[in-house]
Amino acid sequence: MDGNILNIENNPGTVHIKDIPVLDYHLFVTEVDRLMTSGSSHCLTYFVVPGNDVYHFICFIADDTCGKILVLSHKQRPGSGLVLEPVTAKHFQFHIFEREIYEEYKINFSGHPWLKPLRYPYTGADKHQSIADYPFFRIDGDELHEVGVGPIHAGIIEPGYFRFICNGEKVLHLEIQLGYQHRGLEQLLTWKDSILRKTVLSENIAGDTAVGHALCHVQLVESLTGISVSRNLQTERIIGLELERIACHIGDTAALCADIAYQFGQAVNEALRTIVINTLQQWCGSRFGKGLLRTGGSHFPLTSAISELLQSRLKEVEERYVQMAERLFSMPSVLSRFESTGKVTARQAELLGAVGMAARSSGLKRDIRWSHPFQGYSEFKYEPVVLREGDVWARAMLRKNEVEKSIGIIRQLLPEIPGKDTVELPKYDIHLIPDTVAISATEGWRGEIVHVVVTGEEGKIIRYKVIDPSLHNWMALAIAMRNGEISDFPLCNKSYNLSYCGHDL
Amino acid sequence: MREFKIYRKHGRQYIRDLRKAVVAVPFHGRPVISGDITREEAERVAFICPGKAIQASTFNLDLGKCEFCMECAFMLPGKITFTNDHRMATNSREKLILSSGTNEPIHLDHEKIRKEIRSYFHHALKLRQVSAGGDNSAEMELNACGNVNFDMGRYGIEFVASPRHADGLVITGPVTENMADALKICYEAVPDPKIVILAGTPAISGGMYLSNPSINRSFLDKIHIDLYVPGNPPHPLTFINGILDLIGR
Repeated sequence: MDGNILNIENNPGTVHIKDIPVLDYHLFVTEVDRLMTSGSSHCLTYFVVPGNDVYHFICFIADDTCGKILVLSHKQRPGSGLVLEPVTAKHFQFHIFEREIYEEYKINFSGHPWLKPLRYPYTGADKHQSIADYPFFRIDGDELHEVGVGPIHAGIIEPGYFRFICNGEKVLHLEIQLGYQHRGLEQLLTWKDSILRKTVLSENIAGDTAVGHALCHVQLVESLTGISVSRNLQTERIIGLELERIACHIGDTAALCADIAYQFGQAVNEALRTIVINTLQQWCGSRFGKGLLRTGGSHFPLTSAISELLQSRLKEVEERYVQMAERLFSMPSVLSRFESTGKVTARQAELLGAVGMAARSSGLKRDIRWSHPFQGYSEFKYEPVVLREGDVWARAMLRKNEVEKSIGIIRQLLPEIPGKDTVELPKYDIHLIPDTVAISATEGWRGEIVHVVVTGEEGKIIRYKVIDPSLHNWMALAIAMRNGEISDFPLCNKSYNLSYCGHDL
Repeated sequence: MREFKIYRKHGRQYIRDLRKAVVAVPFHGRPVISGDITREEAERVAFICPGKAIQASTFNLDLGKCEFCMECAFMLPGKITFTNDHRMATNSREKLILSSGTNEPIHLDHEKIRKEIRSYFHHALKLRQVSAGGDNSAEMELNACGNVNFDMGRYGIEFVASPRHADGLVITGPVTENMADALKICYEAVPDPKIVILAGTPAISGGMYLSNPSINRSFLDKIHIDLYVPGNPPHPLTFINGILDLIGR
């Protein structure tokens, strides 16, 4: 391409910070517009690297057809009263990034339709803002009422606030306010700590996606230190990631059954999830895969004993899960709750920049394993599961299809594992390349996970950016609820099962 | 009929005796620390410990801060071993600090158990859970306590939707500034007498988030804590056995 945009060919990939083209803001907007309208591209992340007297805005766009990551940037002088024309006006999926930048650096995107606080971080520019006074949208009318739920919910789940504006039972608008889970993770990841501590932190970004986030972090660090790992270790990492996907998808199938009061389906699926996570525990000691991923190596080789255990357990789980799913998807009482509930069209998903399951269940072919293969995924040409319906049924069915596919991947990979008792050991005494920007993306069970690190002098981390798929997808849940019934909310919510802590960081 | 077929394959899933259940190795359970760790070795493991749970001078490992990453055990094989003993819950914060050369199971301090706990909650206990910055792994394990495998409900112990229906609060996460008020309101809404349980490393000590301004644990300093359940996340068996010990079952 031309000099306005830099291509990153690999995932993970690194660029020298000076090589990133810096454009005039107007040209930046024009170029982003051109990239976004030229086919299947979506924004991976857009954030600010704050300097003493300059803000460096860096934007990463994924081109799904050619497998490249495109980088462009602009610089602005900090200071109050900086007003920019929002990219959101042309491409709505930028709304979340511009909102984040507005909150952190008080940059006003005039004409942005949703310029409100995102997560009330302690580093926010406006110290007077309190999470208790979030400015909800309002509609006035005699026939309308509002329903507020949260931040604490009825079940054992994370906190978040949902406000519905309803006409009778019909939901006109749902607004989701998050931020309660903000732990300052991005800030912690820039602290002058050991790489081990950062890796353990990455496992806790979203504890249900410990493998997905840790893998994203680990390959990012490896790309910034020049460490390359063996094919064997890459294969083991893929198996870990797919196991996590299988466990979460089965767990979600159980939760969907619970929300439509199909207790039998819930009990059977819960027991199947237990088998999968207990197998993961027998491999690495943790039912969530915490501790499995380490930079440059692993403490937990996939021995032939574990390999055999995986084979037999997965055979059992597959057989029972498929049998259960076939029953589930053939019951009229289930279908009447799943079908046409919480519909999001492909056009809406595209506009929202939905990723992962939320995108694939609405007809978008968006999967990092396919478009930007990492670790060993390029070896076996992964073909994503895509469904067009965009409703709860599609999101449930997608899980079933992906469970079968993931079991297939593991079954295909297991014979390649030598099953030895040793594998390369982790490396912690490492130094990051200075003045570099590195980006890494993985496809966790929810969808695309992106980590970006910016290093300064002597490899010091000056910015660490984490994007959980939930950041993009929460808005899809809000849209799914429009014109639905308020009683459909638990079902829609579970069908997405988004992360609160992954969003709030 | 088709469900009957599935049911036959499903079989009996519940763990018959939760008090005697054993977790398969390798599980990150109660560590055993040998008595002959040198000062140099102690400093090495204290330096790498991501949770800053190890104190080198008078060697001890604080399970309230431990991330259960096992890195210290990999660094000093044979000297620090994480056993599959899942029974780590206790009502005494000091009992979570393990010194070298000891290999004692972790128990509750019976002196410290408030009398009303056993008289009110011995037969049934309803709990309200609040996640205040939890990463959803501890929350999922607490959910698993009630599933077909662990079936905590057999003891009359359950999670309920409203704090008004609850006898106590289970807190996960390091308590973020943004959740501090909601947590306090929820605590106050639980009728007296009530118990408070901290589940997981972030809840017990703040974990790796402790020194971050996004965390506000001042509320926890003001209330009585009845049970600490270590783990990242705590295993359902750790949680259930801890509660059974507390209510005297």
